[in-house]
Amino acid sequence: MAFGRDHELHTRRFGRNLGLGLVLAAFVALVFGLTIVKVSQGNPMQAYDHAPRPELVPAPEVSQ
Amino acid sequence: MTDLTALDQSPEAEFGDYVALLKPRVMSLVVFTALVGLLVAPVQVHPLVAFTSILFIALGGGASGALNMWYDADIDRIMKRTQGRPVPAGKIAAGDALGLGLALSGISVVMLGLAANWFAAGFLAFTIFFYAVVYTMWLKRSTPQNIVIGGAAGAFPPMIGWAVATGGISAESVLMFALIFMWTPPHFWALALFMKEDYSNAGVPMLTVTHGRKVTREHIFGYTLALAPLAMGLGLTSIGGPIYMAAAAVLNVGFIRGAWRIRARSEEAAVADGYAAEKAFFRYSLAYLFLHFGALLAEAALRPYGLGGW
Repeated sequence: MAFGRDHELHTRRFGRNLGLGLVLAAFVALVFGLTIVKVSQGNPMQAYDHAPRPELVPAPEVSQ
Repeated sequence: MTDLTALDQSPEAEFGDYVALLKPRVMSLVVFTALVGLLVAPVQVHPLVAFTSILFIALGGGASGALNMWYDADIDRIMKRTQGRPVPAGKIAAGDALGLGLALSGISVVMLGLAANWFAAGFLAFTIFFYAVVYTMWLKRSTPQNIVIGGAAGAFPPMIGWAVATGGISAESVLMFALIFMWTPPHFWALALFMKEDYSNAGVPMLTVTHGRKVTREHIFGYTLALAPLAMGLGLTSIGGPIYMAAAAVLNVGFIRGAWRIRARSEEAAVADGYAAEKAFFRYSLAYLFLHFGALLAEAALRPYGLGGW
């Protein structure tokens, strides 16, 4: 038997691992693309992070 | 015995088996109807946001399919139609199906919320819950009305697609829901008529098993009659138009005729020709739904050119 020849089991596992790897890579690409879209559309990308942030407070209505 | 020979004796799941766990054929219906719901909505969605939303709605549908296969492994083993599924075939352990179903449910709901809005995400979560818990765990084995009420799970996707675009619910999305909801019982009862041994062997209380085949034939006709005005009513809303109305009129006349043929037949006549009318009605029902939603899509696609819509 040649040294290092793959068992049939490993061939099957390789297919599964490759599939999962591709799914994860596609997921990363999707999240990246989605981030670009959200940022370029001007969606609010910041929120309160434990401390109040004055720039996020809506401007008070000016009374007539 | 070496470790490798031991592993040879237990079939190891391949990537395709995990895909099969997500019921890709059901997923295709979910993708199509959700996509139509999203595209006919009056609010434009960025193509990547739309793609991501549809992808995760489909994944949510797939997750509920995996949960269904985990819970139903015992009856899937008995029914011929479902014996080849990964869990009853011994390729994937039932616990793994449960794990995958739960994980994908969480991922799909969170990702839909981040990509679109949290109303649509909540709607998807409710749909997964409805299919996995209300239909699979509760109704399927306890009442002949299982597919009537459980059919709601399959009818939600166009409403979720609409919610992705608009962030809410409207008469249009409710009527798209109603179209699939009322279509589901005659579609599955026709299947139950010609797959008769399967459901009774597994002890699933399909209408054919509990109330007999004659009653089932009458129910198919009744639901088809009730479906027609809903299908036509959808054409009168803002997403309808002359193309949809013409298609719906032709399709519903054909559907009612097919249902009447089934109602008028005796069981002996059906056995004699190998359930030809029932099988033809089942195939027609698939085209019926596809063409209704296809016509809605055509109306939306032609609207910018001044041709679609009212």
